[in-house]
Amino acid sequence: MSQPPLRPGSLLPRNRSRDFALHFVVAVLCFLACLAAVGALAADRAAQGWSRDIRGEATVQVIPRSGETGASAAARAAEVLAGVRGVSEAAALERDKAEALLRPWLGDAPLDDLPVPHLVAVRLDPAHPASGADLRRALTAAGVDGIVDDHDRWLEGVEQAATGVRAAVIALFLLMTAAAGAVIAFATRTGMAAAHDVVEVLHLTGARDDFIAGLFQVRYARLAAVSGLWGAGAAAAVAALVKVLGGGDGLTPALPLAWSDLLAVSPWPLVAATVAVVAARLTTMRLLREFE
Amino acid sequence: MPRKAAPSASQAARKAATTEPVVRFETVGMRYGRAPEVLKDVRFTLSPGSFHFLTGPSGAGKSSLLKLIYLAAQPSRGRVELFGHDVQAVPRQDQPFLRRRIGVVFQEFRLLDHLTAFDNVALPLRVAGQKPAAYREDVRELLSWVGLGQKLNAMPPALSGGEKQRLAIARAVVNRPELLIADEPTGNVDHEMALRILKLFIELNRLGTTVLIASHDRELVEASGMPVLKLNEGKLTRQRGADAA
Repeated sequence: MSQPPLRPGSLLPRNRSRDFALHFVVAVLCFLACLAAVGALAADRAAQGWSRDIRGEATVQVIPRSGETGASAAARAAEVLAGVRGVSEAAALERDKAEALLRPWLGDAPLDDLPVPHLVAVRLDPAHPASGADLRRALTAAGVDGIVDDHDRWLEGVEQAATGVRAAVIALFLLMTAAAGAVIAFATRTGMAAAHDVVEVLHLTGARDDFIAGLFQVRYARLAAVSGLWGAGAAAAVAALVKVLGGGDGLTPALPLAWSDLLAVSPWPLVAATVAVVAARLTTMRLLREFE
Repeated sequence: MPRKAAPSASQAARKAATTEPVVRFETVGMRYGRAPEVLKDVRFTLSPGSFHFLTGPSGAGKSSLLKLIYLAAQPSRGRVELFGHDVQAVPRQDQPFLRRRIGVVFQEFRLLDHLTAFDNVALPLRVAGQKPAAYREDVRELLSWVGLGQKLNAMPPALSGGEKQRLAIARAVVNRPELLIADEPTGNVDHEMALRILKLFIELNRLGTTVLIASHDRELVEASGMPVLKLNEGKLTRQRGADAA
């Protein structure tokens, strides 16, 4: 007598060509989602860097009082501001540097006769930065007239951009998840149509809908998890390549990539398998209700 | 029969305790879509532990009648009862539990070509949640008993018609059903094997299983001496020794 098989065979027949196509599509979706996640982390880090830079500086335009030169007013303001708590450094901007700031707007025109603003560049303590109000209060107390620009309006723009990037990534994630779910649902539908006879025999031998749905869930969860691994692995490899080729700052200095960002790809095989389980179950249970 | 085929205490008790018909048809009519009725005012009962043949010419409605019993179709009118349950009132989620009490040998076998002979026979046990370790030896013995002990790992497309037939029968009886339905179970085997299969059914019947066999094989029906339900143009026209409805 021959020996029975050690492990029971899969109750659902395999279709290698259809499974390969599904593997490919799910892997590509995971690859794109993983790249988006890594890119989002890099963008978020860049936005934080920009915010830190902007928040770490302030500029004061000094208005000289009568009988006072602009240079002396600026020097006095710098001295006052340097003593404010939360200020690391304050220095009056020399005329040639102030002129250089105007060049992008005025070109090579001679600026000797122009009333170039007298500016004080203030570097704030990164740990406990002084606020714009602190600076204004100190100047008023010292009898210096000036307009304090704490760069808040630029900060708002950077934070809006960072929020936009985060929202785009979330939208991309939802889109990829929906696309993966739709692909799995479609595959389940075609898989059930192809295995119609098998499903009918399972029913007639006493299989419950839950049991049959479970077969499709396990099949597509495994398939999605393996595809997710391939997609996530490929995305991690691309991100690592970009970091290595881009030097210490990653892709570009403006979009810094850290090695830890590569960990962002790790949950995706699980996410893909979970989406597959949900999509396969919903599709199978609906089709089984229509089955008879 | 393999050792596990001996009637369980609950099965024997069930047989002794209940006189409720296993199957009861009351003025049952059935049609496919808007086509004329294939079954007309069919009335009969199958008592627990009974053995019946169902005969009639092709197109008489034998397969349709069997489909009503194994819950693959619903009657257009009338009432079908299985184990005391009105099948039209049984919720969908409970139907599998009724089906597990019925073994079916399909005319076209309905074996799963991607599974081995062993896995095909084990199918009803797997869907009922049994673990391979629990059924491994029983399935092997049953396959050996139907003459397929050397083909446990063969795939159905590699088997002859007779071997497929025996495989289908083994699958139908592996979970010792209370009711066994067979649609032309000897259609693809020689006379000797047909008699052997008949002996298997009779033995199962002795162990308490109610048996209904649809067959064209007049010789086999006569040889069995069992009651006959005869269908003709959708009507149950003759009952030789069969239970009256």
